Amino acid sequence: MSLLEVKNLSFTYGTGTAFEKKAVNDVSLSIEQGEFIGIIGHTGSGKSTFIQMLNGLIKPTEGQIFLDGKDIWENPKKIRKVRFKVGMVFQYPEYQLFEETVEKDIAFGPKNMGLKDDEIKERVASAAKFVDLKPELLKKSPFELSGGEKRRAAIAGVIAMDPDILILDEPTAGLDPRGRDVLLSQISSYHKSKNNTVLLVSHSMEDISRIADKILVMNKGNMFAFDETKKIFSKGEEIEKIGLQIPQITKIMIGLAKRGYKLPTDIYSVEQAVNEILRLQRV
Amino acid sequence: MLKEITLGQYFPGKSVLHKMDPRMKIILLTCYIVFIFLTKNYISLAIMAVSVLGVLTLSKVSPKLYFKSVKAIIFIVIFTSALNLFYGTGEPIWQWGVLKITQAGINTAVFVAVRIIALVLISSVLTYTTSPTDLTDGIEKLLKPLTVFHIQVHEIAMMMTIALRFIPTLLEETDKIMSAQKARGADFESGNFMNRIKALIPILVPLFVSAFRRAFDLAMAMESRCYHGGDGRTRMKVLKYSKYDFMALGVLTVIFVGVIVCNVMLPVTIRTGM
Repeated sequence: MSLLEVKNLSFTYGTGTAFEKKAVNDVSLSIEQGEFIGIIGHTGSGKSTFIQMLNGLIKPTEGQIFLDGKDIWENPKKIRKVRFKVGMVFQYPEYQLFEETVEKDIAFGPKNMGLKDDEIKERVASAAKFVDLKPELLKKSPFELSGGEKRRAAIAGVIAMDPDILILDEPTAGLDPRGRDVLLSQISSYHKSKNNTVLLVSHSMEDISRIADKILVMNKGNMFAFDETKKIFSKGEEIEKIGLQIPQITKIMIGLAKRGYKLPTDIYSVEQAVNEILRLQRV
Repeated sequence: MLKEITLGQYFPGKSVLHKMDPRMKIILLTCYIVFIFLTKNYISLAIMAVSVLGVLTLSKVSPKLYFKSVKAIIFIVIFTSALNLFYGTGEPIWQWGVLKITQAGINTAVFVAVRIIALVLISSVLTYTTSPTDLTDGIEKLLKPLTVFHIQVHEIAMMMTIALRFIPTLLEETDKIMSAQKARGADFESGNFMNRIKALIPILVPLFVSAFRRAFDLAMAMESRCYHGGDGRTRMKVLKYSKYDFMALGVLTVIFVGVIVCNVMLPVTIRTGM
């Protein structure tokens, strides 16, 4: 049984009005425990709508979502439980901070779960550690933190709920390159140490290819591809056709292959590329 | 959910009403509102009601939107009508304990209901067919004479433009913050009154913070572009009355005269209002 199974999922905005639009169209897939999945697509490709359906913030107009084999909308009154299991970090999550101290803000989710005070404290501390927030910052007001710290505090607020599945919508948007790298490696190490499932939405194929095991490519509300990272990049040219950027190094490899060099085109990191090119020279 | 709110929203279009000068629309709307309350018998009320429907048709905005704006106030309409129904004076037609319904009560109830609905509909026409910038331009021009009293008309108009401009932005922002807090298990739908009020804090605090941030950013952007208030400022688009404005003025004058004539010639059914 898969951890999360999505069957013929569709969502239509503004049914019956002039603005009617199918945001997600007949998506079916299953996600296993422990996978790190990257989701990529244009603005308006339906990826935000898709992930919001996964934790019950948006109710699908058609299709079902099974979490641990159970339809999440079976009992609409229990949808909050689903949201604790499927944690969601929105774009620019720092705008959701509201408490007097960072500690209290991170504790908001666990508190809503109805946990005991000791456990809440423990969870706040460990969540803060995952995102590398120093303990002295926890007593400060969230509005005194720097931009990057705010972002990490907000992510900690979701991690503290200890969800089985963590979904992050463009967590690196608006960060500088260093901040981006640090955050991505923190997410990656969180994934490794907890061995839970992570879904990461991003614009950057470069970022995603570095850390995701599998990639879901969305295009115009449809599932364009869903496969292991390596296999996705063997379809590099098709992906470029729908207007998505592929990593620069993949482009180079495709270009070289076109010029007659016997090189694989499913390469997405510079190290792999170096190895392949050196191998070619040796022959 | 919040996106459903249509109040103060503009729907671009090419109808006659869209082409009218905002100043004329504001003036005629004001007259309309006055005349809705001047109606004294069913005939003049019917004239106003029918002409409101006529204006709605001319606007070519989907009837669903008008229906929605009425739906928003239907509770108030029912409540005030019901209240008036039982407070009429005169011979009771129906009585049950202290509750009694009289002919006068029924008349007032009908008048109140029709007046409120007509008021909301006709005001929606203005906002649906006039872009916020045109609207405030119109208001600014109409209030210009007040500068004599040292009232800073341009600044007021600018503030209104900005406020209107940010309604959809803030609604969208509220939606986002609500989703984010819901994802952290916030519960807005259950609990007693106090709990529900408390549940608003996680929404209101971030909303205020972001509203202030936007305000500061905007002030900075405006200053960077050398904005310094209304003195010596000229307009790219100068408002001009067109033939549609005079046509509208003509038609509505006929309607208004009709209402006055009906009021004077026919027996009065209702004395409340103006």
